[in-house]
Amino acid sequence: MFDKFREWYENRHEYAKDWKEKTGGKVVGYICTYIPEEILYAANVLPVRILGGHEPESIGLAEPYLFGMYCPFCRDCLAQGLQGKYAYLDGIVIGQSCIHIRQTFFSWRQRIPHEFDHYIPMPMNVVTPRASIPFLRKELEIFKSALERWLEKEITDDDLRRGIEIVNKNRRLMKKVYNLRREPNPKLTGLEAMYMVVSSQLTDKNEHSDAIEEMFNNGLATRDLGRESSIRLMTVGSENDDVEFTKMVEETLGATIVIEDHCTGSRYFWEEVKLDEKDPLTAIAERYVTRTPCPQRDWEPERIRFRRILDLIEEFGVQGVLLIQQKFCDPHELDIPALRDLLNEKGIKNYFLEFDVTVPVGQFRIRVEAFLETFASDELFAEDIV
Amino acid sequence: MDSENKYPTEGFKCWKKAKELRLQYYKNYMQAKEKGGIRWAGNAPSIDAVPYGLGDDVYHLTGEPYGATVAYNKEFARRCHEVVEAKGYARDLCAYMRNYWGSVLLNEFVFGGPFPKPDFMWVLHSCCSHAKWYQEASRIEGGIPYFVIDWSAGMYYKWDEKREDYVVDPNQEHRIQYLVDQMQEGIEWLEDITGREYDDEKLIQAAKNYFESTSLWAEICTLNQAIPAPMDEKTMYSFYVFAALHKAHREVVEFYKELRDEMRDRVARGIAAIPNEKARIMTDIQPPWGFLEIYRYMESYGVVSIGSFYTFTLMGHWEIAEDGTFRPRTTPMEKGIEIRTREDALRLLADWALGLPMAQIFYDHRFKSHIMKKIFTQWKCNGIIMHFNRGCEGLTLGVAENKQALVEAGIPVAYYEGNMGDEREFELATVKEQITAFIESLGLIK
Ligand code: SF4
Ligand code: SF4
Repeated sequence: MFDKFREWYENRHEYAKDWKEKTGGKVVGYICTYIPEEILYAANVLPVRILGGHEPESIGLAEPYLFGMYCPFCRDCLAQGLQGKYAYLDGIVIGQSCIHIRQTFFSWRQRIPHEFDHYIPMPMNVVTPRASIPFLRKELEIFKSALERWLEKEITDDDLRRGIEIVNKNRRLMKKVYNLRREPNPKLTGLEAMYMVVSSQLTDKNEHSDAIEEMFNNGLATRDLGRESSIRLMTVGSENDDVEFTKMVEETLGATIVIEDHCTGSRYFWEEVKLDEKDPLTAIAERYVTRTPCPQRDWEPERIRFRRILDLIEEFGVQGVLLIQQKFCDPHELDIPALRDLLNEKGIKNYFLEFDVTVPVGQFRIRVEAFLETFASDELFAEDIV
Repeated sequence: MDSENKYPTEGFKCWKKAKELRLQYYKNYMQAKEKGGIRWAGNAPSIDAVPYGLGDDVYHLTGEPYGATVAYNKEFARRCHEVVEAKGYARDLCAYMRNYWGSVLLNEFVFGGPFPKPDFMWVLHSCCSHAKWYQEASRIEGGIPYFVIDWSAGMYYKWDEKREDYVVDPNQEHRIQYLVDQMQEGIEWLEDITGREYDDEKLIQAAKNYFESTSLWAEICTLNQAIPAPMDEKTMYSFYVFAALHKAHREVVEFYKELRDEMRDRVARGIAAIPNEKARIMTDIQPPWGFLEIYRYMESYGVVSIGSFYTFTLMGHWEIAEDGTFRPRTTPMEKGIEIRTREDALRLLADWALGLPMAQIFYDHRFKSHIMKKIFTQWKCNGIIMHFNRGCEGLTLGVAENKQALVEAGIPVAYYEGNMGDEREFELATVKEQITAFIESLGLIK
């Protein structure tokens, strides 16, 4: 049922090239999900997220440009670009993000040919919205003007409203699919969810939304995966589109990832732009300032993201949490001790894993298996009491 | 080794005063509560002019210089790292931050006694660690209130094709407003948590101090263009730190004036930092604080480090003149701008803070490469030694690209890997070998 998304995920470059040929439109690569895709859709430009290739053999290509203590994900992304895998991109944009991935953008901008580039200084302060919303609105205006100059066409408010609706509709539909993960017998696996969300970052959202609707028409809601007795996990952490790892957890070890907090998962699409009667750029600015923040923006004493993680744990019946962190990922390294303390305090089992694009996934198997066994021993213990 | 001493040298007359002032700064912080004063903690770039509006008895502790002091005390640093790692924090996080947290967790102040808790924390954010450093410090210390101002509002400069140089981007208004709005909210917050009434006059005076001290520091650095260099970089570390401690304090302005005058006098009299100056190098970012002996090692071959992008621009404010010269930034007072109201002061503070050259590295590594080339030329350098500093992800942003750009420009460049604050990641013998090879390549060792 989710094959279409898997195909898109696996053949992302072919998809984008076909789209260009079919529509004659421009494709812009983006780095980090703090990019207002709504504006790109309003301009009829296809935004595609630049991701790593999980290829240990090529990551070294980025070494001359990126300091070795930056995370493997940002090096992997740059290595993809340097190999020419994204040669079809007409432009690149970044919504100010962690400094590791910024370097990917900076080196890309300098070293890989493109027509258009833009850096949006997306505010880091999301706890003082009275300052950050007007600031971001102005930056979005600058971004829109830069696009207009490049494309030699005006982007009207109606275009923006259309862009907002395209992206919002896709968000709504993905959320509807996610609701099916709450059920005792989830209607999709974590891997399927990953294919769906990541492919929505790589394809035309109109087409992607149609594909979701088709799944519903084909009985997604009544599907039976026979996973009612598997251990329900949540994954939390850095960028993660590690198919091999997810397969290992769900197919080999039999657990089910029922929800996650990654920028390749729920955090990407959870909140919509609330347009109401507002000026569209203000509405977009509000959405990006008030969305669930990534760790580096989450400055409140009681982190906003943590509250959301606890809510999701409850709503999705999560039994245990896998904390996944890319090696050297400062933003998550800065949150994980506090998050572990919180989870431990709440009695929620959790296990920490450090990812590196060059570490074969097999190494994690024994560790995750041992973590899952703690749930089985809990059950035995419970039976003894009964 | 080089024994050809051709220049006279003498110690800095204001050295003793610098030591006293530094000690007094920490004492004031430690003893603030005894006198009913306020104390706060924050990062070195934080806009300290704003809390000065709370009164004359407000003292603060900046985290980076504190982290560097801990690093200098290797044994203490080791214990800090151990306690931080035991709490589950990653070893690759900012070394200053780990030294600071470690000190809090051990409840030991590096200058003796228990760690003096601040009443609040006041932070300016640009590197991924700034806000989180104090968020975690607050958590560890049981919930100390903190306020963070986002500084990452974008690039202050833009590339001008015609001039082949950077010029100020005129599109600053909303960026300034962003910082002003945050500071306005910050002032309300300060009044709220301290129960004190805010004094705009004190803010205005502190803002003036900030403009003056940080421009003065740039002037002091500029005097180091002289041959022989009157100040070596190791000495510079002891002086630049005042701007990193309390740049908006009048005391720093007065001290920097004295130092500037002394530098002028040294230049006039041909007083050198090292007697055998044969070659001049510059560095890029923080040194390995526990191993400053590498500078003395270089000097034994007649190589003086005249400063760095870091010592010049972390706290020093500069501008690019129309002829391309990198020179001290003209202060609002020098421009004849009157600062009458809180709003006036905040706007100028925002504009000043946004223009800091070091802050530009967060938006484009090419800016730093460009300025490093300017420094290399204006300060008459023969080579550059770069530190791939595993202790600071912030200032290493772009280092690999900077190195490429400098090499492409035909500048002799050497680099070593290390850590500014964690001695476990520094190999003295290897680095000395690298430095020797570089000095050899400059033709200074036969
Ligand atoms: S957030 Fe973490 S994983 Fe993502 S790019 Fe930054 S350092 Fe890498
Ligand atoms: S810039 Fe460097 S020293 Fe400063 S907080 Fe960031 S990592 Fe630490």
